[in-house]
Amino acid sequence: MRIRKTLAVLLGVVVLVTCGIVFENSAASQEETKRVKTPRERLAERSFPNVTLTTHEGRKVKFYDDLLKDKIVLINFMYVKCEGTCPGTTANLVKVQKLLGNRIGKDIFMYSITLKPEEDTPKVLNAYAKAYKVGPGWQFLTGDPKDIELLRQKLGFIDRDPVRDANKSNHITMLRWGNEPNTLWAGCPASLAPNKIVKEISLVDWPAAGEVKRGGDR
Amino acid sequence: MANISKINKRAEKEKQQAAKNRREIVAAGLNRRELLRMGLLTSAGMLVSMNGLSVKARNSAGHLLGGGSGSGSGPSSPPTTPFVQPFTRMTVKQPAAVLNPTPTVIPNTIAGEGRTISHQAFNQFTPTRFYEVEQRLANIITHPQLPAQPLWGFDGLVPGPLYVERYGRPVLVRNHNNLPANNGGFGKNFVTTHLHNGHTPSESDGNPCDFFRPGQFYDQHYPNVLAGVNSTHQDVGGDVQESMSTLWYHDHMHDFTSQNVYKGLAGMYLLFNDHDTGDETTGFHLPSFGDGAADDSNFDVPMLFSDHLYDSETGIVTFDTFNFDGVLGDRFLVNGKVQPVMHVHPRRYRFRWLDAGPSRFYQFFLTDAASLNQRIKFHQISTDGNLLDHPVEVESVRIGVAERADVVIDFSKYAGKTLYIENRLEQQDGRGPTGNVLAAGQGNLILKIVVDLPVIADNSVDPATITRFYGLPDKTAAPRITRTFNFDRSNGLWTINGRSMDPECQEVRARISKNSVEHWVVTNSSGGWQHPAHIHFEEFQFLSVNGAPPASSGLVLNGRKDVIRLEHNMQTKAFFRFRDFVGRYPFHCHNVVHEDHAMMLIWEIVDGSGDNITNP
Repeated sequence: MRIRKTLAVLLGVVVLVTCGIVFENSAASQEETKRVKTPRERLAERSFPNVTLTTHEGRKVKFYDDLLKDKIVLINFMYVKCEGTCPGTTANLVKVQKLLGNRIGKDIFMYSITLKPEEDTPKVLNAYAKAYKVGPGWQFLTGDPKDIELLRQKLGFIDRDPVRDANKSNHITMLRWGNEPNTLWAGCPASLAPNKIVKEISLVDWPAAGEVKRGGDR
Repeated sequence: MANISKINKRAEKEKQQAAKNRREIVAAGLNRRELLRMGLLTSAGMLVSMNGLSVKARNSAGHLLGGGSGSGSGPSSPPTTPFVQPFTRMTVKQPAAVLNPTPTVIPNTIAGEGRTISHQAFNQFTPTRFYEVEQRLANIITHPQLPAQPLWGFDGLVPGPLYVERYGRPVLVRNHNNLPANNGGFGKNFVTTHLHNGHTPSESDGNPCDFFRPGQFYDQHYPNVLAGVNSTHQDVGGDVQESMSTLWYHDHMHDFTSQNVYKGLAGMYLLFNDHDTGDETTGFHLPSFGDGAADDSNFDVPMLFSDHLYDSETGIVTFDTFNFDGVLGDRFLVNGKVQPVMHVHPRRYRFRWLDAGPSRFYQFFLTDAASLNQRIKFHQISTDGNLLDHPVEVESVRIGVAERADVVIDFSKYAGKTLYIENRLEQQDGRGPTGNVLAAGQGNLILKIVVDLPVIADNSVDPATITRFYGLPDKTAAPRITRTFNFDRSNGLWTINGRSMDPECQEVRARISKNSVEHWVVTNSSGGWQHPAHIHFEEFQFLSVNGAPPASSGLVLNGRKDVIRLEHNMQTKAFFRFRDFVGRYPFHCHNVVHEDHAMMLIWEIVDGSGDNITNP
């Protein structure tokens, strides 16, 4: 009996679903003129939450609007009291900054996001940046721990092994670099020789003259 | 487009409804057999009206979604109805009458060639056949319910055209880069084409740093010669036991291989000879390739498997560039089509299976959905496209990214029936499979095979009667050196022996004496990840896998290979004989996302003594 009753319910569902498809197709055709989002827009929606962060200079910035949009960027994660790889990485990136010269702050920007926003206040980060003689165009970023965690997840600086993931002293030392308007993203170890990092970043530089106008045609 | 987002909302509702329905089924105590009998289970083993009734929100592929993104949230593709479009065969590449300008030994930089190194064997193996191919944007339908996809294909085809070559006939492929600057969301328009498994001089091998730009071209010289041609078997034109049959080509752009291959830059390349002839009335009598017609007259069928994730809103193929582990799609494609249907004659076929990645491993079974307990056997005849010592009867084949397996399936026993190629290897994220093999009907049904074409002559032989192909090359020679390579992860980076790839390909980690024998101990210490480790140029044979002789049945490992599928905590020892040419080649993980994140090194074959570094 129960079986038969269930069957009736199931067959009913099948019929309803089938009808649903027909109905929704006709409804959808009215929206056909709606503009389709570009891959760039979809990438931003998927991977670049527009959360508010604070720079080591105390400025409030939106992650996508102010930090990524229309720029070539280098992104890594660190924290001030990290005694493992961070000091070496920061020192290495200082050399990268020097090699990139006046393009840093002009069309190429560097971002180091703290993994420990609770202790890395803008003031702490400012002292850190000064100690390393970091130049303009490179921001150390802190913010609401929930936002920082969201960024870490979205940018893929995670380890799927929860034990390793929780161990911040062994955090991911990848350097992410990309060209936001050209939807061109890759990464390399942050420990590479500075000149090699510069070479790497050239792969996401603006297309050579004649290939396409800057910013692509989106 | 709007259509798709609407459908998605509906799918979401259906998921909830499905859970409820499934609870009722469970409460009713119906089992699979009863459901099938009552017609509530389709012959594919899925519940009727899949999106409406399945509790686990299985998508059309019957596959559980998992780990497609850096956030681990697992986005899903818009719904696609499985098995509504025909299986397509690859188009055979046709030679060009003449190349203009004429190919040169030294790079023709002035004419726009991107090559920087002279051909080392051009005059010894002068090309007699020429091709011209271009990478370009093409709008391709992968499933009728999805919009046309902005893919990059060789000659605008995905997969690219099929090269059909013969040993002893050197060819030259002129490769033009005509890719656009706008990448449509991912992909880099610099390219370098690797002929995977080719015994190819370094400068034509597709080294990750030998890339060339839009507007440039690159001449690749494929001698199509047997290993040993300039060394151990010089007098007989190479060692016939080193014959290769199923190769593939794909982009190998430094840092961007995963994106570019996923975007479509891959195809296959077959090599025939006087034994593996492509004609079932001669040689080994394997099912005929014939004239390569892309129709039912051809019984030798290359199949390139890949998976895609489509944007849930736009329906356009998408790639998560912020996932270091590896990316999975939830739609399964064969030769560029999502879940197609193939019709076959009741006779023997040779299928050449390739896992084109980017990060998924497969274990293929043949499933009769009307009889799930039936264990359907077939013959595996190769590993990584190299014929085994003899055919081995199997009921499944496991391949990781870039691995190939040729199989012979006799459909005469299944006339009138429908079978599926089903992947039953469970994989939840890009790190690799869990190792679980799912029950029949619970995996991913990828290709539907309907045995409904008329009876037709079969002049191929029963592979069970083939006692030997070429035999396997000797692997007892003493090594000059034994080197150890440990695939690992440290500070969240992929490493080999604790080190990352030099992005300029300048750091040579091992210098190998030309024509010498080496043993490589290759180990996976990376915990939760699996690594299909690929060595360019020379094939190997396993000496041991986890301390034991390589398996000769089940998951067959005792053949010639070019990928070491490093499963969890696996240790392998491999026999190599590096010979004939000099130059630099990579050794890398072929989970191409790992490769792009520096899990690669460069080694070099040198004239002279080589180095003695045991831990490169």
